[in-house]
Amino acid sequence: MKYIKQVLGEDLRQYTMVLALAVLIVVFNVISDGRMLTSSNFQNLLSGNAYVLILALGMLMVIVIGQIDLSVGSVAGFSGMVMAKAASELNLPWYLAVLIALAIGALVGAWNGFFLAKLGIPGFITTLGSMMMFRGAVIWISQSISVPAPEELRFFGAGYMPEWGPKSTGMNNSTLVLGIIGIIALIIIEVRKYKNSGQIAGAKQPLWVVVARTVLISLIIAYFTWLYGTGREGTSFPIPGLILLILVIVYHIITQKTRFGRHIYAVGGNKSAAALSGVNVSRTYFLTMMNMSMLAAVAGILFVGRSTAAGPADGNQWEMDAIASVFIGGAAVSGGVGTIIATMVGGMVMAVLNNGLMLMGVGADKTQVIKGLVLLIAVAFDVYNKKVGKASIIGRLFPSKEAAKN
Amino acid sequence: MKENPLILEMRGITKVFPGVKALSDVTLEVKRDSIHSICGENGAGKSTLMKVLSGVYPYGTYSGQIIFDGREMKFRNIKESEQTGIAIIHQELTMIPELSITENIFMGNELTNGGLIDWTEQRRRTVELLDKVGLNISPDTLIKNLGVGQQQLVEIAKALSKNVKLLILDEPTSALNEDDSANLLELMRGLKEKGITCIMISHKLNEIAAISDAVTVIRDGQTVESYEVVAGQVDENKIIRSMVGRSIENRYPEHKSNPGEVIFEVSNWNIEDPAVKGRMACKNSSFYVRAGEVVGFAGLMGAGRTELMRSIFGQNYGIYKSGTIKIKGKKVKLKTVQAAIKHGIAYVPEDRKNLGLNLLDSIRKTIVSANMDKILTNGLLDSTKELKASEEYRKALRIKCKDVGVGVSTLSGGNQQKVVLSKWMFTEPDVLILDEPTRGIDVGAKYEIYKLIHELADQGKAVIMVSSELPELLGVADRIYTIFEGAITGELRAEEADQEALMKRMTVTSA
Repeated sequence: MKYIKQVLGEDLRQYTMVLALAVLIVVFNVISDGRMLTSSNFQNLLSGNAYVLILALGMLMVIVIGQIDLSVGSVAGFSGMVMAKAASELNLPWYLAVLIALAIGALVGAWNGFFLAKLGIPGFITTLGSMMMFRGAVIWISQSISVPAPEELRFFGAGYMPEWGPKSTGMNNSTLVLGIIGIIALIIIEVRKYKNSGQIAGAKQPLWVVVARTVLISLIIAYFTWLYGTGREGTSFPIPGLILLILVIVYHIITQKTRFGRHIYAVGGNKSAAALSGVNVSRTYFLTMMNMSMLAAVAGILFVGRSTAAGPADGNQWEMDAIASVFIGGAAVSGGVGTIIATMVGGMVMAVLNNGLMLMGVGADKTQVIKGLVLLIAVAFDVYNKKVGKASIIGRLFPSKEAAKN
Repeated sequence: MKENPLILEMRGITKVFPGVKALSDVTLEVKRDSIHSICGENGAGKSTLMKVLSGVYPYGTYSGQIIFDGREMKFRNIKESEQTGIAIIHQELTMIPELSITENIFMGNELTNGGLIDWTEQRRRTVELLDKVGLNISPDTLIKNLGVGQQQLVEIAKALSKNVKLLILDEPTSALNEDDSANLLELMRGLKEKGITCIMISHKLNEIAAISDAVTVIRDGQTVESYEVVAGQVDENKIIRSMVGRSIENRYPEHKSNPGEVIFEVSNWNIEDPAVKGRMACKNSSFYVRAGEVVGFAGLMGAGRTELMRSIFGQNYGIYKSGTIKIKGKKVKLKTVQAAIKHGIAYVPEDRKNLGLNLLDSIRKTIVSANMDKILTNGLLDSTKELKASEEYRKALRIKCKDVGVGVSTLSGGNQQKVVLSKWMFTEPDVLILDEPTRGIDVGAKYEIYKLIHELADQGKAVIMVSSELPELLGVADRIYTIFEGAITGELRAEEADQEALMKRMTVTSA
């Protein structure tokens, strides 16, 4: 079991969640007689949840700085509605309407950020106010009537990558290329990490571990490439999924590899110590809140694109799903802890639960109950583990010598 | 029945944590109506022993016997030990700042009358208790409005409210200034007269020497020595020898300083207290530091030492009124911490856990956190550079850890302080401000920090060291300023200064 641990890496908690997700998918697949692991189901799963996962990206950062944003659903609904209105009533081209929606997101974020960063009003209160204001505003400007959205936006909300090239590959070639890029990128990253680790004594991992891990993840990528690529003619890895993928990579880099990212964790971990280390705390607050609302606008745009119209109830309770994803992903309520990747896994757990229960014919009411329970159990498990100082389920099932010592 | 001369006997106490034997066959005998001091380096097992005694670790999780007042005790929790008459006052104060003294004293033991809290009686009793500890303030005062020294006294009053027979004080004076400390020691003598036995854990040997009737030294989880003493005639060096297991001939490293040009100069510095309008936290302070010089700042707690340093460090404290800072002869305006860091100033705060560190972070992330520009590659943080840099400091400062990836919260106080110092050394400062750099650190680690301070000075840095331990300042600094009520009241060369001379200037205004 020591070998498995070595391959999976240090951060076992994350892999516990991945494992749970995998088990969940397999179990649902068996119960639903194979309706879970089909191309069309996974295409829908991704395009149907991309907007919540995008919100979760921003929400992770907000929660890491020790705040919360309750207004994201309202902001998503409001910016989507303004976009639809601008396109249909002012006859603006779709791209201008999108820019307006993004600008509204940025403005609302600046508003939230101003109250938090400059006036020191807690994010909970600030965004509770915004949540009410913008929910009201959506209904106000739409007069409770749905507004049709520009047709072009459908591409972003539910579109697919183009078909091209030889048919002999047996799958959508765009998806195939994407999968190949993914695997190549993975190999490059692992090789570079391996080389760099050699520069410091004791930090080097055995070569076979690196190879095993690379092969394992490559196989997973290959499987999903195949799954997404072999759907019905004209379908592929969905565009909203692609947008999400790009955002995940960008935000992973921002949080892990930039000074701003470190500042977020520093402010969340110990505000006063961060200030004394030269971190501009209020600027960090401001930018994080602004970023969140801009991502809310992106989510709103994707959702409107998918449903081809902006409705007055769009975005209702989205904040709750986003917050739940972040906490299932292991973030701490008190701030300072949490990662983008784990949040995405947390969000996928919620999405797969939704989807799997639907396939089983469980009603939305019961689904809600189950989702609530899962959130509680995941967080309780986390808290319990921290108390007893055990790493994860894996660490618990297969205690190695190292773990026993701690 | 003849009264047992011993109020407490702990026999063969052994406590094992997973993988670590924290206490091994420890014996402690405490005489009735005495003050018994327990000394030992950090991590020697003093606090663990007290936690066993007070029931924090319940009966059964340790082996050995506790005999209190002639009866064997098997405490299952703190409540039971309190009912028996054992009270412990922890290093960290445990009161609720937003509640009044009365409410805090009777927290959990509220006096009731027909199910409702009897406020009149509680208040009356509180006044009585406060009188016993020598506090003359309203029982309705909120805890947050009290100074640390007063809070400590309220803690003791709280213990007295429970009819305590044995009072355990865990480093009671570590957060107090000299006045409050003296007060507290006086109070302990008074309690002894009134038939309350005290156990004091302390690092401050002078205090132990002043009031102890008996001393027990613990090292590596074992009782090394235990003997009766006569208060005022205690051999401090003997205690140190048994604490560290070797004799520290000199508590301060030898150092020949070589001061150069004046590179840091503060003139007519005036800062207003942000909480109280019109009150000046710094009054017309002027001082200078040469390159390669260690300058000490002596002042009692609340004298404005920390306020002065933090206001200089990018106006992190207070409202700037007037004054100038010159670095290497050039006037600079430092309105933010970022600007201060950029101009080569580093500030190591006195409150390591709350201001110095993000306890969630790893060693490597902490070390680079104040100067991330140095580990950028193409605008992104380079983890290889980070690892190399932190490894370098781990070796140079001998930070004891498994590897630099572990969390700073797992380190001992001394090693945490080394990490904080590494973090600031990584910014390559010209001026290093160290605010109480050796607080809560054991004797051995202190010596290493002193040596490090001298090394930094030898590299041509200007080092400012704020401390409330006068022997430390006299032993390490080249020149010492004294502060009282926000104003600099004196400047002495270390060779010509002694504790009395400093103390005189720390308590009396020069006017």
